[in-house]
Amino acid sequence: MKKITSLEDLRRIKEQSKDLTSARSGGKTRIIVGMGTCGIAAGAREVMTVILQELDRRGLKDVAVETTGCIGMCQKEPLVDVIRPGELRTTYGDVGPADVPRIIVEHIVNGNIVEDKVVGQTD
Amino acid sequence: MALYRAHVLVCKGTGCTASGSGSVYDALKEELERRGLDKEVMLVETGCHGMCEMGPIVVVYPEGSFYCRVTPEDVPELVEEHLYKGRVLQRLLYTTPDEEKHRIPHYRDIPFYGKQRRIVLRNCGYINPDNIEEYIARDGYQALARALLEFSPEETLDIVKRSGLRGRGGAGFPTGKKWEFARMAPGDKKYIVCNADEGDPGAFMDRSVLEGDPHSVVEGMLIGAYVIGSDEGYIYCRAEYPLAIKRLVTAIQQAEEMGLIGDNIMGTDFSFHLHIKEGAGAFVCGEETALMASIEGKRGMPNPRPPFPANSGLWGKPTNINNVETWANIPQIILNGAEWFSSVGTETSKGTKIFALTGKVNNTGLVEAPMGMSLREVIFDIGGGIPNGKKFKAVQLGGPSGGCLPESMLDTPVDYESINATGAIMGSGGMVVTDEDTCIVDFAKFFLTFVQNESCGKCPFCRIGTRRMLEILERICEGKGKMEDLDLLEDLAQKVKDGSLCALGGTAPNPVLTTLKYFRDEYVAHTVDKKCPAKVCPALIQYTIDPAKCIGCTKCARQCPVNAISGEIKKPHLIDQDTCIKCGQCMAVCPVKAISVE
Ligand SMILES: Cc1cc2nc3c(=O)[nH]c(=O)nc-3n(C[C@H](O)[C@H](O)[C@H](O)COP(=O)(O)O)c2cc1C
Repeated sequence: MKKITSLEDLRRIKEQSKDLTSARSGGKTRIIVGMGTCGIAAGAREVMTVILQELDRRGLKDVAVETTGCIGMCQKEPLVDVIRPGELRTTYGDVGPADVPRIIVEHIVNGNIVEDKVVGQTD
Repeated sequence: MALYRAHVLVCKGTGCTASGSGSVYDALKEELERRGLDKEVMLVETGCHGMCEMGPIVVVYPEGSFYCRVTPEDVPELVEEHLYKGRVLQRLLYTTPDEEKHRIPHYRDIPFYGKQRRIVLRNCGYINPDNIEEYIARDGYQALARALLEFSPEETLDIVKRSGLRGRGGAGFPTGKKWEFARMAPGDKKYIVCNADEGDPGAFMDRSVLEGDPHSVVEGMLIGAYVIGSDEGYIYCRAEYPLAIKRLVTAIQQAEEMGLIGDNIMGTDFSFHLHIKEGAGAFVCGEETALMASIEGKRGMPNPRPPFPANSGLWGKPTNINNVETWANIPQIILNGAEWFSSVGTETSKGTKIFALTGKVNNTGLVEAPMGMSLREVIFDIGGGIPNGKKFKAVQLGGPSGGCLPESMLDTPVDYESINATGAIMGSGGMVVTDEDTCIVDFAKFFLTFVQNESCGKCPFCRIGTRRMLEILERICEGKGKMEDLDLLEDLAQKVKDGSLCALGGTAPNPVLTTLKYFRDEYVAHTVDKKCPAKVCPALIQYTIDPAKCIGCTKCARQCPVNAISGEIKKPHLIDQDTCIKCGQCMAVCPVKAISVE
């Protein structure tokens, strides 16, 4: 382990270590993947894996990834919800692994909804 | 570093470990691997959450679901439901102890936590105490960096002084002032000591801080050493705290590897080395002069003050000694400022205090409350009141040196002055709650027995006086007491207080004095009426079977450990009073409530 010899060193370790505990604090963007039997059958697990890889690759630490059960829109699975702090909950349907980078860059990073995939918005 | 979408925190504090969190952790590890979730779900060991009653505790983030009394058998369902399918597993959630039995999904909504203010315990149960990076991620060692790189020792001292922090080890001495004495004391070599002896029965605040967030104590000591001009420190921790010691060893090692302990810390000319000294668990070794004697390898006995440790402590050098909780407050004060800290609490007592809530209370565990909160709020709002619909009787504050307060004193705010005015002391924060089934004389006898055993024997009044007091209490409990005994107790109590060198003897009579003050009727009942109102003292009670109600089921006779009950099947039974040991087991098993106690 490298020694800390300055405030910059300490700040750097703090930044690197942030995602060690970031999943435990609230108040940030959430991605919720439908993991009911329907979601899993439609490929939600692969979508989940790609989401995690993509967030990691882009160094997006302040995003919580959660799972949820079936919401009754099984024909649209895999369903992925995105909630940015203070904004509406946007539900995307028929999400495949290839759609993930677009949703992350456009919606999570830039704040623009990916219209062609949206199935609905709620509070 | 891989990204984990969920974190599963398993409490590995002493309480949860005792109720089996180790095998829950192993089962989780196995199940997550089996399900292929181990790359996206992180499994973390943490320290104590405070709600030991509900252990083993497992918290799942990002939802913050708080699962109680989790067993290895629950694990497959928990993983399947929550982590695979994303459904909170309702049946393991915390449920309120009241009639309504509300299930509470989120950690922060549990009433036990709602009224607390967690400054010292902010990381306990939240981070992995064996990983310095998690501590750093939560602003760890930032306070040290600021002190070393931005503030002079004088400026740092000034912040601590202005914060109003007072020692959490019992006496409540202003910490900044104590540091100033040691800083001003002449000498090149100075020591810093952390008092982690924690000998009060029922107290586990310091243990939980050391187990759950050891770096906060280490960082506090580093800042103290910088202010005072010390380059060497000791943590004196009882050997009965193996987990706390293990975590401290790891913490010190990691801090050394990162260059946060050692020579030229953070590129400055400040150097500091830290050792752990394991004590053998004597109560008197928590007293600072006895503690230092013990570190020096001598028998742990108190010495007269002055000279105070600030001038002549360890090996005759200026020494500053503080309690675990005192040290753990320091980084937060430096980070957030004196004004932030002094905005919490009362006029004379700033910040928070951790209490170990035990005895007859629903939520036994660890509670951090702002100073000034009333005892009633701590016991009833946070502690959830008395179990099984029983009535509150008394609360013992401050351990064996403290005092016992009745219902009528429950609105007393917890701050040093208000508690002292009642005859009790804040002490280190033990809070033992009793219900109507507790005999107050017996309760006082318990604490007096403890100090009697733990007296080091140096001062005759403490050694022999407490022995004589105990004999009087035993007499009273046996129904052989006289009214003069009560005066004799008070007289002796005063002499033990006056005639003892250290506060062990100085406070030993407190439980007796406060119970005599607030529960005199109960002493009189034992002495004059020869009755124990709580029906506890064996010599003063009798179990009898009502022949009209007894159905002769023989359950009691089979239960009785000394064969004191006789009778034919389907005929009324009889208790032989000479053989009966008054254990009450017969009454507990009787299906028709035919047995009573008077
Ligand atoms: C019999 C006896 C036992 C004590 N036990 C402890 C203890 O376990 N932990 C502690 O911090 N202080 C204990 N103290 C108080 C210490 O002597 C000392 O006041 C304290 O460590 C100072 O730290 P503080 O200023 O941070 O409170 C005890 C005192 C007496 C008389």
